[in-house]
Amino acid sequence: MIKAILIFNNHGKPRLSKFYEHYNEDIEQQIIRETFHLVSKRDENVCNFLEGGMLIGGSDYKLIYRHYATLYFVFCVDSSESELGILDLIQVFVETLDKCFENVCELDLIFHVDKVHNILAEMVMGGMVLETNMNEIIMQVDAQNKMEKSEAGIAGAPARAVSAVKNMNLPEMPRNINIGDISIKVPNLPSFK
Amino acid sequence: MALKIVKGSIDRMFDKNLQDLVRGIRNHKEEEAKYISTCIDEIKQELKQDNIAVKANAVCKLTYLQMLGYDVSWAAFNIVEVMSSSKFTYKRIGYLAASQCFHESTDVIMLTTNQIRKDLSSPNQYDTGVALTGLSCFVTPDLARDLANDIMTLMSHTKPYIRKKAVLIMYKVFLKYPESLRPAFPRLKEKLEDPDPGVQSAAVNVICELARRNPKNYLSLAPLFFKLMTSSTNNWVLIKIIKLFGALTPLEPRLGKKLIEPLTNLIHSTSAMSLLYECVNTVIAVLISLSSGMPNHSASIQLCVQKLRILIEDSDQNLKYLGLLAMSKILKTHPKSVQSHKDLILQCLDDKDESIRLRALDLLYGMVSKKNLMEIVKKLMLHVDKAEGTTYRDELLTKIIDICSQSNYQYITNFEWYISILVELTRLEGTRHGHLIASQMLDVAIRVKAIRGFAVAQMATLLDNAHLLTGNVQRKGICEVLYAAAWICGEFSEHLENPMQTLEAMLRPKVATLPGHIQAVYVQNAAKLFATVLKSGEGSADSTAAQEMMIERLPLFVQSANLEVQERASCILQLVKYIQKLQQKDVEIAEEVIALFAGELNPVAPKAQKKVPVPEGLDLDAWINEPPSESESEDEQPKAIFSKEEPKHSRPRHTEVDEKELAKRREARKQEQANNPFYIKASPSSQKVYQEAPGVEHIPVVQIDLTVPLKVPGLPMSDQYVKLEEERRQKDRADKKKKEKKKRKEKRSGRGKKHDSGPESEEDITPAHMVDIVTEEMPENALPSDDDDKDPNDPHKALDIDLDKPLADSEKLPVRSHRAAEVLKSPAEDGDAERSVSQEPKKKSSKEKKEKKKDKDRDRKKSKEEKKKKKHKHEDKGEDLLGGQEDEPVVQSEETSEVAAPPSSTTAEVSDLDFWLSNAPVPSNTQGAATVAAAAAADPVPEAASGAAPDSEPEEPKDTEAEETKSSKHKKKKQKKEKEEKEKKKKKKHHHHHRHSDAGGEESVQNGTVEEEEPLPPMSNYCLLAENSYIKMVNDIQGNLQDGSQVVVSVIFENKCESFLKSMEFNVLDSLNSKLQRPEGSGAHDGLTVPFQLPPGVSNEARFVFTMQSIVMPQKLKGTLTFIVKNEDSSTHEKLDFKLHFTCTSYLITTPCYSDAFAKLLESGDLKCSSVKLEGISMPFHHLLARICFHHHFSVVERIDSCASMYSRSIQGHHVCLLVKTSDQTVSIDAKCDEPTLLGNVLDEIKQTFSQC
Repeated sequence: MIKAILIFNNHGKPRLSKFYEHYNEDIEQQIIRETFHLVSKRDENVCNFLEGGMLIGGSDYKLIYRHYATLYFVFCVDSSESELGILDLIQVFVETLDKCFENVCELDLIFHVDKVHNILAEMVMGGMVLETNMNEIIMQVDAQNKMEKSEAGIAGAPARAVSAVKNMNLPEMPRNINIGDISIKVPNLPSFK
Repeated sequence: MALKIVKGSIDRMFDKNLQDLVRGIRNHKEEEAKYISTCIDEIKQELKQDNIAVKANAVCKLTYLQMLGYDVSWAAFNIVEVMSSSKFTYKRIGYLAASQCFHESTDVIMLTTNQIRKDLSSPNQYDTGVALTGLSCFVTPDLARDLANDIMTLMSHTKPYIRKKAVLIMYKVFLKYPESLRPAFPRLKEKLEDPDPGVQSAAVNVICELARRNPKNYLSLAPLFFKLMTSSTNNWVLIKIIKLFGALTPLEPRLGKKLIEPLTNLIHSTSAMSLLYECVNTVIAVLISLSSGMPNHSASIQLCVQKLRILIEDSDQNLKYLGLLAMSKILKTHPKSVQSHKDLILQCLDDKDESIRLRALDLLYGMVSKKNLMEIVKKLMLHVDKAEGTTYRDELLTKIIDICSQSNYQYITNFEWYISILVELTRLEGTRHGHLIASQMLDVAIRVKAIRGFAVAQMATLLDNAHLLTGNVQRKGICEVLYAAAWICGEFSEHLENPMQTLEAMLRPKVATLPGHIQAVYVQNAAKLFATVLKSGEGSADSTAAQEMMIERLPLFVQSANLEVQERASCILQLVKYIQKLQQKDVEIAEEVIALFAGELNPVAPKAQKKVPVPEGLDLDAWINEPPSESESEDEQPKAIFSKEEPKHSRPRHTEVDEKELAKRREARKQEQANNPFYIKASPSSQKVYQEAPGVEHIPVVQIDLTVPLKVPGLPMSDQYVKLEEERRQKDRADKKKKEKKKRKEKRSGRGKKHDSGPESEEDITPAHMVDIVTEEMPENALPSDDDDKDPNDPHKALDIDLDKPLADSEKLPVRSHRAAEVLKSPAEDGDAERSVSQEPKKKSSKEKKEKKKDKDRDRKKSKEEKKKKKHKHEDKGEDLLGGQEDEPVVQSEETSEVAAPPSSTTAEVSDLDFWLSNAPVPSNTQGAATVAAAAAADPVPEAASGAAPDSEPEEPKDTEAEETKSSKHKKKKQKKEKEEKEKKKKKKHHHHHRHSDAGGEESVQNGTVEEEEPLPPMSNYCLLAENSYIKMVNDIQGNLQDGSQVVVSVIFENKCESFLKSMEFNVLDSLNSKLQRPEGSGAHDGLTVPFQLPPGVSNEARFVFTMQSIVMPQKLKGTLTFIVKNEDSSTHEKLDFKLHFTCTSYLITTPCYSDAFAKLLESGDLKCSSVKLEGISMPFHHLLARICFHHHFSVVERIDSCASMYSRSIQGHHVCLLVKTSDQTVSIDAKCDEPTLLGNVLDEIKQTFSQC
């Protein structure tokens, strides 16, 4: 089981938090902070596993994380999950984000948390891995987005236009914080189809 | 219309959407909180609007704020509103918000039930998908109960997308609503073979999660998973399955044997590291489960260790980490094979990655031996010095202590060294583990008598240098060791070189800055030291100095704020003053003072208290005093509190009790206490008991051979011990050689060559000094059990459900319906209910078969919980015997109903498991069966025997072709022969089965396990139908489970003559009420051809179905059997007339009934009453019940002593309830039924049954 999925940036700012077990908001923030502290002080070339924090889990739980450019992707899982499998899952997740957002960067995650949630919902459900095939995930996400668009129909057009205008005068919006090192070592990705 | 929408959206396009909110927050970095609070106000406004789009937008923003840590539960209702929008866009926003912030105590959740149900059945798959995803996050027990049925339907949805999600969410439903597990499990199992790989993977996922917590219930799925494992190519699925096998193998070693080969193949073939790793892990689990007596698996271990070494040597830190992790699992059972990689592991200790270092540390634990302990610890001590982070250093510290103290200090050869290590550890800065070191010091000093002198010297130094430990504020944790030091110095003060100096150290003013509990120990032990000084020379300068010091310094402690310190200090101060006074009178006091602290304290095992068995007759839950009466409830109490008057009764009571009365009571109490073994008496004998206890005082304490100077100036350096140890060992070895040589000379002809002391072996290393490790005390009659209590809050505990047990009538998922008195009807309705629950009505009759499995299962598992669940069958232990036999009628009845119901695959699997497992390449077949049989036989409870007997029998004859083909899929050709043989046997048995009506008895004899105290007489329901010189017909009649108007007549035809019988035709004259079912197209008077011929001496069975209109009366039908008798030369046409007797009993079907449903049934008042008395019944009560069960198709609902309630149901749904009581050969049966005529007839038949015997 996956207990929580967290994405935060190099400064510990949460970009997505998904807890599959209920905590109240304060504890959630504490967990995010603690996890950030645990993860951020680790060097680049150390292993991606960490024996859980104080707040979340216990001896049975592990933090499995990957660090991409400015973002940390952290999964808190128990012993029923394969460690390497989850690492691959993170990779699939990031690659899917990359496909869906076309060159994903931190800003995409900042402004479209809801979309990230929707993508994640196609991969992990209630703490259990639902789908690991990227094409399948993208297909379902696209189909739902299409539905959304068709529902918005003409009514959605003006809103989209406005949003486009709003985004236009955004000089500070750099689109180059790319998740560049996507080719981070993937020991066994090809085997997960 | 469209225009209006556009206008509406133009209105709100300048509303702040999520992006605007995020942007705003980023632009207000300085005053984020303030900005957000204005945003929340805006959102509140938006939520008040009617426009759902605005609301959805607001909820979307709230979801973001929730992530930032803002509580948004106040908007829960609005979230529900958005969830119920008809548009997918909004619905999705709503469900997302709900999944992020709803939880069990969110009260609006109960409003969502119908909405979710609607969404689940939506024609749009994404509506359903979104609802399932959301529900998976916030499902509550109520939702789970209400929606379980809907979700279960979705498991068979046409779209794999929905199926997949529905399957996954079932796990959450099970967790919240464990009752749903059994009804839903068959379908879940089907999904393991779903054509869509995603659905299959989801099903595997769910079952693996379930099985991880309660593996034993899923053992029967092993063959299926094995098939999946060998066929699947999806690595996710493979990993899960392999992990699952890892959990199953400890329960079934035979499974492990079967797994080794395919797993080894996978290890060799796979390129995916994750899969390789899991395979290695499971192989390790298998090896652990097989750990004993499997010599030929050393290859597998070697393979694993080898692969792991490759992982550990990999440059990828992840693989290194996992390799070490898996290595630590091997370590537990095969330490030798890991120890050879010591170099690698020690190397990992230097890794820059902390996770890896920690894993390597774990491994060290198992790698130490007497030989290398010092060396390893020395290395660790170096790391301790180097380590930066406190966490890692603390981890090192605990590991050092763990390693040294493991299995009762097994590997420590020199305790002086260990004490030195502990003392060195106290110099660690800022460690949290002071108490750990302290407890080790205490433990060693107490349990290793020989070391006390040394320990005391060290502790004295420690106390002297206490300022080093306490000086720094950071070092708070470490001052705990002073607690130990003070106690050791005090308790074993006779070993002190210079007690005065230590006493002085203990009474320094600085001590007052220590934590209270340590001060208390200081004060107390100062008193002990004082006693020692006093004893060493009364009246000497030392003792007077000590006295003065005490009197001078103790007042400091008397003023302590800590109660304990204060109390002890003032006590001791007075004591010292008193001693002084006595001494002034020239009284010798030293002996008496020392007696204050005489006696030895022995270590008590930590679990000792828990292990004291509760003596018989002591009820810990019983009230000691009368419980406060209920009537004095809260209504009255507050009045008393608020009324100004003093409660009247309290005062006079005191005055009433006079002195005499008090004395009397005191006397009585004393008497009581004296008789109470659990009351600790005030007599001083308790300490003596310890001293007299054998094994403590009588342990010869060997003199310490001082190879190490006791007086180490300053703090000791453990390193020097390492060197000394080396020297000592060398010396030892040399000594030994000499001795051996001598021996050899003495014994000229040594038997074989004695091994030369080449490489030093474990045993060669003798401890530096003989050490008697005092074992911890345990109560005399301690229970040996070492069970660790499971967490009672574990949600998985509720899911420990036997899945092989057939579904009971009452087990079904709640279906939405109008409120009706469901419970009352339950037995009547269940026919329909079952059909709706289990997909194929076919399976139903298999239920009964499975029923038989129950006993076996229980024998194996013995879990109390299950027993409870089977309450309806086995009410208490006394009934077990009956319980075993009670299954007999089921065996029979099922036989007859077989025509209608071919055996189901579910049962097949259970019995299949044994068979499947026995196919392991290792010839474990007989062995496995033997162990099962042996287990059954070894069990002295008759239940086991009677249970096993009827069990083992059906397993074989039931193996019909369907199952055969199924199992053969997993089978290797090799075993085919074996199988065929079995089959033959089965067939033979099948024939005999019906002839020998005492099947149960016979079978049990075959099994050789029958050792019952009161075996039941053989019983049969087959009665003679007709007989002539050629043929004999016996028959039995059973109601048809499937059709309320049918009964099945099974007739066994036995050829009694030397001729061949053929062309048999069975015909009856139909009556208005009952008709023989004939194939379509045949006339009403045509006979039915019996589908077989009978060679001489052979018997066979045929079944005929009759349709009944009314079942309240017994009936007789006339019939004829015509057949041709064929001799070698001639053939004659013969016929035999018979009368088929349909008793009312034959319309009854054994139906289990729970006692609560039974009670409701009786209360309902719809039933008519009748009763009957049987005189002169001498058989035991359980025989009586068994007979009723067997001959009249009843089941026991409940049995209490000589009284039992029984239940049965007719094929048309009449309830028949019996209350059977017995006393002195008289049995009275009170019966209730909704059909009085039927009841009367059934009672008559029962009466007749018993009049015959």
